[in-house]
Amino acid sequence: MDLLDMTAAELAAGIKSGSTSAVEAMEAVIARIKKSEAELNCYVTFDEESARAAAAKAQSDIEAGRLSGPLAGVPVAIKDNMCTKGVLTTCSSRILNNFVPAFSAEAVRNLEKAGAVMIGKTNMDEFAMGSTTETSAYGVTRNPWNTEHVPGGSSGGSAAAVAAKECFFALGSDTGGSIRQPASYCGVVGMKPTYGTVSRYGLIAYGSSLDQIGPLCKDVTDCAVIMEAIASHDSKDSTSMNRSDTDFTSALNDDVKGMKIGIPATYFGDGLDGEVKNAVMKAVGVLKDKGALVEEFELGLVDYAIPAYYTIAAAEASSNLERFDGVKYGYRAPDYEGLHDMYKKTRSEGFGAEVKRRIMLGSFVLSSGYYDAYYLKALRVKALIKKAFDDAFAKYDVIIGPVAPTTAPRLGESLSDPIKMYLGDIYTISLNLAGLPGISVPCGIDSRGLPVGMQIIGDCFKEKNIIRAAYAYEKARGRFPDAGERMAD
Amino acid sequence: MANVISDETIEYVGILAKLELSDEEKENAKKDMADMLDYIDKLGELDTKGIEPMSHLFSTGNVMREDVVTNGDGSEDTLCNAPERHDSAFSVPKTVE
Repeated sequence: MDLLDMTAAELAAGIKSGSTSAVEAMEAVIARIKKSEAELNCYVTFDEESARAAAAKAQSDIEAGRLSGPLAGVPVAIKDNMCTKGVLTTCSSRILNNFVPAFSAEAVRNLEKAGAVMIGKTNMDEFAMGSTTETSAYGVTRNPWNTEHVPGGSSGGSAAAVAAKECFFALGSDTGGSIRQPASYCGVVGMKPTYGTVSRYGLIAYGSSLDQIGPLCKDVTDCAVIMEAIASHDSKDSTSMNRSDTDFTSALNDDVKGMKIGIPATYFGDGLDGEVKNAVMKAVGVLKDKGALVEEFELGLVDYAIPAYYTIAAAEASSNLERFDGVKYGYRAPDYEGLHDMYKKTRSEGFGAEVKRRIMLGSFVLSSGYYDAYYLKALRVKALIKKAFDDAFAKYDVIIGPVAPTTAPRLGESLSDPIKMYLGDIYTISLNLAGLPGISVPCGIDSRGLPVGMQIIGDCFKEKNIIRAAYAYEKARGRFPDAGERMAD
Repeated sequence: MANVISDETIEYVGILAKLELSDEEKENAKKDMADMLDYIDKLGELDTKGIEPMSHLFSTGNVMREDVVTNGDGSEDTLCNAPERHDSAFSVPKTVE
């Protein structure tokens, strides 16, 4: 078996048994990166020598018995909005073009404890604001299935790197679908955990009440293993939850007999591509054949999730991004007259168009006279959306729908019409508002040769239900094809 | 329900956001913001009387700790990222005459 075809869990087992090594795995990844990276641009920062040195150190630690975690020796890619001590962290923005963090994000530290070895930092939409990885200040990332198409976003670099085997797994972050949607577009597994399950310490904030870190990986087993490694209670994140049920691998069980699955009719209505619909319904049929009880139902308020989300996310973004002022880190404009002018010029030159658009909207909805009408109204609607899901989960163990209305759009198609781009988030966004966990699992390939993802949604803290359903489906489905022969040796 | 964003509003929001927009960016921002507000106005269809605004999903309460330094002195690493520094301080343009 080609080393690069192994999942993270298989590789970890191989390294543990001595049949391969962390060094061999990293060399294979480096060779693949050299071959495909010029075309795909998955990474913002990749330093061959430091990746090689980290793998060599991990291998000697494993051999000396100092490193024995569940991911010991497995090469990982980290989205570039997570701080990595001593390694450039740009958020794909010009304003952080020279920022080298003095500490690592807690999720990154947890992966290090589990033995994973960092390859580099992956490309993303600037400050995670976008759905295509086209708003990056460091060039677009291309979809390994078809390089004329986007990989999705905002964790597009992470998803594309997994699909192109430029890593064994990756971390992403999800504020409105930014793990699940690129996972769907790139034919890999991606999961957003329940809000508060993975520490946000060291994750450069976009919408703090919505952001969660999660894995992008090759299969559901890897997803559970990685989730187990990164979930932790962290006193440095005041929204971190203290959970005792993060033994996610215990849910890798393909028995879904009697599992109650709700299918929201509104997720399958107007605006959903026919091929995506058929692929997802076929996958639901697989679970039904395995004994799950499938029922269609009306999920309320779906059309209100996007306006509520963009109000709240823009408001939080405008506040969170105030810190980028050219004083403490990052870019500072070269020419200015006085402090205030320095702030304005630094920010205007440092931020891209989509980030400015959201900061402006956020500043407006938080401004005196509009705060109640827009911001507080959105928070009230959020409470109603949460209630609609509470009602649904009183009846169902999981909810299943598509991840996105279409497969990956072509490069350049999305940015011209922001609202149209935002509408693509309709099936993913409400989970962030309601704090729910969701997983994207590849379930088909459309007539253009692009992968389709199925989204399995769970109630808060019920990741095990969605892992079980996803695992059962994946086992029945069998191995999903790779991102085209063109990437093969 | 079409929102119209005036020049004054864009100026004001630009001040709040600490962004200096070119004339072209201002015109785009006026249109983008009006379009988004038209869209957000959809929330007005919902009766939210008596519904508490939901800031936090899980009511865990405030998280307190003793005011004790536990992470050591990272000042040099932190200052290394400063665009300009003077000894152990961040350097900024003169603010007081």
